[in-house]
Amino acid sequence: MTAAEIIAAIAPVVPGAVYEPLSSSDEAVTPGVLVSRDHILATCRALQSTAGLEYVSFSDVTAVDFFPHRDPRFDVVYHLVSPHRRARVRLKLRVRAEESVPSITSLFPGAGWPERELYDLFGIVFEGHDDLRRLMMPDDWDGHPLRKDYPVQLRKDAQTYMPLQVTEEEFRASLERDRYSRPRPPQA
Amino acid sequence: MGLETDFEIPVLTTSLEKVVQWARRSAIWPVTFGLACCAIEMMAMASSRYDVSRFGAEVFRGSPRQSDLMIIAGRLSRKMAPALRRIYDQMPEPKWVISMGACASCGGVFDNYAIVQGSDQVVPVDVFIPGCPPRPEAVIYGIVQLQKKIDASKMDQTPRVRIA
Repeated sequence: MTAAEIIAAIAPVVPGAVYEPLSSSDEAVTPGVLVSRDHILATCRALQSTAGLEYVSFSDVTAVDFFPHRDPRFDVVYHLVSPHRRARVRLKLRVRAEESVPSITSLFPGAGWPERELYDLFGIVFEGHDDLRRLMMPDDWDGHPLRKDYPVQLRKDAQTYMPLQVTEEEFRASLERDRYSRPRPPQA
Repeated sequence: MGLETDFEIPVLTTSLEKVVQWARRSAIWPVTFGLACCAIEMMAMASSRYDVSRFGAEVFRGSPRQSDLMIIAGRLSRKMAPALRRIYDQMPEPKWVISMGACASCGGVFDNYAIVQGSDQVVPVDVFIPGCPPRPEAVIYGIVQLQKKIDASKMDQTPRVRIA
């Protein structure tokens, strides 16, 4: 299925969206489609649920930084897979640094951690993500290391502090959370 | 060694300090703790081909509470540094640290924001072993150097300078 065929299939389902087929060296395997920021959620829903497409499996979401050569500096890249059709699709968004992107965790819960990774390393904010924390860097880290304007060879003292003692409230809260989230064994 | 036949009374006298330090250096128990590819060489060092048990240091303990030596085997990321420090703090005195390989000693090829540029920023290091990764023989040599250092030090080791 080429990019043009995918666009023809989803365009009636997503009114108002403007798509653009992207060429790449691997377009025979993974056709690419440029999507606007406002329509990414509806596009993913259409790709997931339209008969004949059924891109039901989320593969990855990542980003590319083109600073300083391009004005919308980020490409956010989604990969979706249709396992029984053995087909893939690549969606690209062009995003400015100050713009946020709608989270697709309502459609694909597995996108939660990749979106956290993008927030951590690129500083791209995902709207509607219910737990947008840093994933890789320490929680109190400054800056977003995979941005092109980040000082890679950073000189900074190693931090060794780690709180050893939680407060009683934190302890009880974690106990309660575990009690309700874990499935209980059946009573004999 | 045939000492028994050389003396009429089978008794040797020495100082307590020498005996204690002999016991300490003869059974250095490292903590089971590897960070990256250097840990593979560390495991090879404990295997039968290189056999660090010839020097009494083969008993890798699963708990820092039972260990004397921490071999920092691999690059130490900034996020790992608090965990490494906590493991070090859990080890009972006397304790020693070997920084194994280029990454643990000075950051190695990873001159970037994510890696601590030298694990001596986090824990006091006794022996640095160069190499990328060091061969098991080099690690054994480092342990022997540590044994010499223990042998030459006093029994009541003055408390080390705490970093961080």
